[in-house]
Amino acid sequence: MQKKDLGLAILIIVVGAVVYLRNPLFLSPINLGNTANLVGLFGIFAIGQGFVIMTGGIDLSVGSVIALLGVLFVEMVGGYAVPWPAAVAITIALGALIGLAHGILITRFKMQPFVVTLCGLLIYRGIARGYTAEATAGFPFGASYPQLEWLTIGRSYGIPHSFIAMIIIAVVMWFVLHQSVFGRHLYAVGKNDEAARFSGIRSGFVITSAYVICSVLAAVAAIYFAMFTKSVQPSSHGNFYELYAIAAAVLGGFSLRGGEGSIVGVVLGAVLLQELQNLVNLLGIPSSLNFAVMGTVILLGVLADQQLAAYRAKKRAAQAFERLQSERVES
Amino acid sequence: MSGPQELGLRLQGITKVYPGVVALKDVSLNISAGEVVGLIGENGAGKSTMMKILGGVITPTDGSISIDGKLYRGLTVAESQAAGIAFVHQELNTLDNLDVAANVFLGREKTRGRWRLIDRKAMRDAVQPLLDRVGAQFGPDMPVAALSLAEQQLLEIAKALSMDARLVIMDEPTSSLTISETNNLLKVIADLKAQGIAVVFISHRLSEVEECVDRIVVLRDGRIAGRLARDEISNDAMIRLMIGRDLKSLYTPPQAPPGEALLSVRDVRTQAKPANAANFELRRGEILGVAGLIGAGRTELAEAIFGAGGKLSGEVRVNGAPLDAGSPADAISAGLYLVPEDRKRTGLILEFPICENVTMANLRSCLRNGRVSRSRQIEVSEEQRSRLSIKTPDVRNAAQAMSGGNQQKVVLAKWLSMDPKVIIFDEPTRGIDVGSKSEIYKLMRALADRGVGVVMISSDMEEVIGVSDRIVVMRDGGISGELKRSDFSEHNILTLAVGKALEEA
Ligand SMILES: Nc1ncnc2c1ncn2[C@@H]1O[C@H](COP(=O)(O)OP(=O)(O)OP(=O)(O)O)[C@@H](O)[C@H]1O
Ligand SMILES: [Mg+2]
Repeated sequence: MQKKDLGLAILIIVVGAVVYLRNPLFLSPINLGNTANLVGLFGIFAIGQGFVIMTGGIDLSVGSVIALLGVLFVEMVGGYAVPWPAAVAITIALGALIGLAHGILITRFKMQPFVVTLCGLLIYRGIARGYTAEATAGFPFGASYPQLEWLTIGRSYGIPHSFIAMIIIAVVMWFVLHQSVFGRHLYAVGKNDEAARFSGIRSGFVITSAYVICSVLAAVAAIYFAMFTKSVQPSSHGNFYELYAIAAAVLGGFSLRGGEGSIVGVVLGAVLLQELQNLVNLLGIPSSLNFAVMGTVILLGVLADQQLAAYRAKKRAAQAFERLQSERVES
Repeated sequence: MSGPQELGLRLQGITKVYPGVVALKDVSLNISAGEVVGLIGENGAGKSTMMKILGGVITPTDGSISIDGKLYRGLTVAESQAAGIAFVHQELNTLDNLDVAANVFLGREKTRGRWRLIDRKAMRDAVQPLLDRVGAQFGPDMPVAALSLAEQQLLEIAKALSMDARLVIMDEPTSSLTISETNNLLKVIADLKAQGIAVVFISHRLSEVEECVDRIVVLRDGRIAGRLARDEISNDAMIRLMIGRDLKSLYTPPQAPPGEALLSVRDVRTQAKPANAANFELRRGEILGVAGLIGAGRTELAEAIFGAGGKLSGEVRVNGAPLDAGSPADAISAGLYLVPEDRKRTGLILEFPICENVTMANLRSCLRNGRVSRSRQIEVSEEQRSRLSIKTPDVRNAAQAMSGGNQQKVVLAKWLSMDPKVIIFDEPTRGIDVGSKSEIYKLMRALADRGVGVVMISSDMEEVIGVSDRIVVMRDGGISGELKRSDFSEHNILTLAVGKALEEA
């Protein structure tokens, strides 16, 4: 765990303690379970966003992908009676295709990530709304899919399975980002694309892979969200979710310039965001202020983090100088 | 106390401490008007640090700077400029989204009219004479993105000249210049001196230092190791003060005669210099020097061979097998490596730890149980550190916390930790001190003796002549001639470089 992550964890605990003191319901099993479920849902695609931000890019289409793939998943399972494992596989494959398209447009055709994924945001949302003719997609009345439901919205020992899924994904992705050769290449490409290329790293492949990972995790999240909400309203489902993902990554120490960040960080970022939502509800703050609270905390968090880093560097230099002075006195 | 000839500039008891490194210890220096001070020392001796303090880029931990009797604990860049100090940095600071004129006047843009709009024409007109003075072949409206490293270096010098300075600091201004631009610069320095402008000149090419300075200050491990007056300056005296021992000559002959062709380049044209095609062959066990003037297309040719882009047509063969490198990754898997010239852009990831940089091209060798092992990375880096005497307290430090020459050694370390068939060095000793240079030449010779083909692109005349077994000279994208060891001379290389034929002796 890095210093940054530790600071974030402490912040989460402090905020939690304050909320608990004001409203003990915060630590009630029901509230914890619900919050964990939301952390799981948002955490899954925030991790994916982290990979893209690592390359110095951004994926604005995540919310729309969640809406479009959510609609398609519900239609396949509920409308066309596709067996759910097949529907899951198709949804994830579609996610991979979307990511591949983003990656190719960005690396081969040298388009900017912001532009490509902004257009994605508009296109996927538009298709979702057009396909359903603005109608809400839902499962037929009384239909039930016990295994699928157990996997997505079930709980073990009170822990929501969405949360467990997020943890499993986080562990796998931790290995990918922090332990594998591919992960190192991601860091390198994110920091200095050219130097990475001259070292024989296939930077186009690395960047495209990041977009594929991001969209695949968005597809997984789409399935979890569809099962959680049971119906998908194509014009509002998943709205602004990309911003939650970006916020979680930035809070977790990712740099939008690329080449910096950690999986632990982005997961903690997702936790903090949900904790703040929870805070707004539990402390009776008007929910209209929700975004304002979130924005303020992110701003202060990132500011404090940078100030602390600068302070630490200064202190280290001062200590080194003092050592030199005392050596001088001795000699 | 300050007479008319006093520049009134003195550094007193300067100390600079970085975490883990003492870059300067109690260093004092006075500079008078119209004198040229040579500042020399090994990589990491503290030369750039001292000059950056004078330029206001960093503040000293201790000590003071006095200018015209006014005492400062540390300068800002603005104060330094206001005091008439111009600075050519060792690392280039050009903005490649702007043109040459805009770079020269960055922050001091000329304006016209009451709305203070940018006056492009005035800036261009003012820049042209400066470019002529440094012997640049490009115009003021050239986009900087299109300039080579050496050309950007000329641009930085022109920028410093535009400042009407009393003191011009030049931190390795010639590290990528060829001999003709260097001679030009030495003339410019003489002009400045005649106008009463002081110059601090830092270089690892001792012959040019000897040629242009009035006195020399030698730094070693952050302290002044000695001073040389004009009549005491000699190559040996400088080397002795810098590294504390004598150095032998550069050339060691190969152990065996060159073998079969390892790399052959046939009719390769580059986008940058499409007019001529390059043809040459590199044989096993030889060091092939590639000489030429700025703009001869040497770096472009190397990058085209390496698959880094810019190749128009032609064929490259490694070990007899055709290599159509679509990317550097292809070339590397064929055993062909390029040690690039521009460490900031293509050689290093400055923000990353040294050990990451050293192992970047060969991470797979650092895998343990499928995971990248940091301790293995450190092991590999430590090996290279002692081999190349890289000066750093810890290989986990960021590459940017090292002196320029030591950064260059890290670039070399990255490629030397692997197992090449053919290796192209593009300006391998740019900014490297004499002692380490001879170590690197030994390494190159050892590689060649092991059967590796070595191509060395270099602008340093002494180096091409002293190290190569054979030299090809490039001009405008093509090979204008080839020299055997017995024909090596500055004169012959220059003759071919400007496209004239050699007179038979
Ligand atoms: N930003 C930094 N952080 C930490 N250490 C630094 C930093 N910059 C320089 N140093 C250290 O200070 C020492 C002096 O560096 P400096 O750049 O002055 O050397 P130099 O004499 O210019 O060498 P070169 O010939 O290689 O350019 C070196 O040991 C270097 O590692
Ligand atoms: Mg230096």
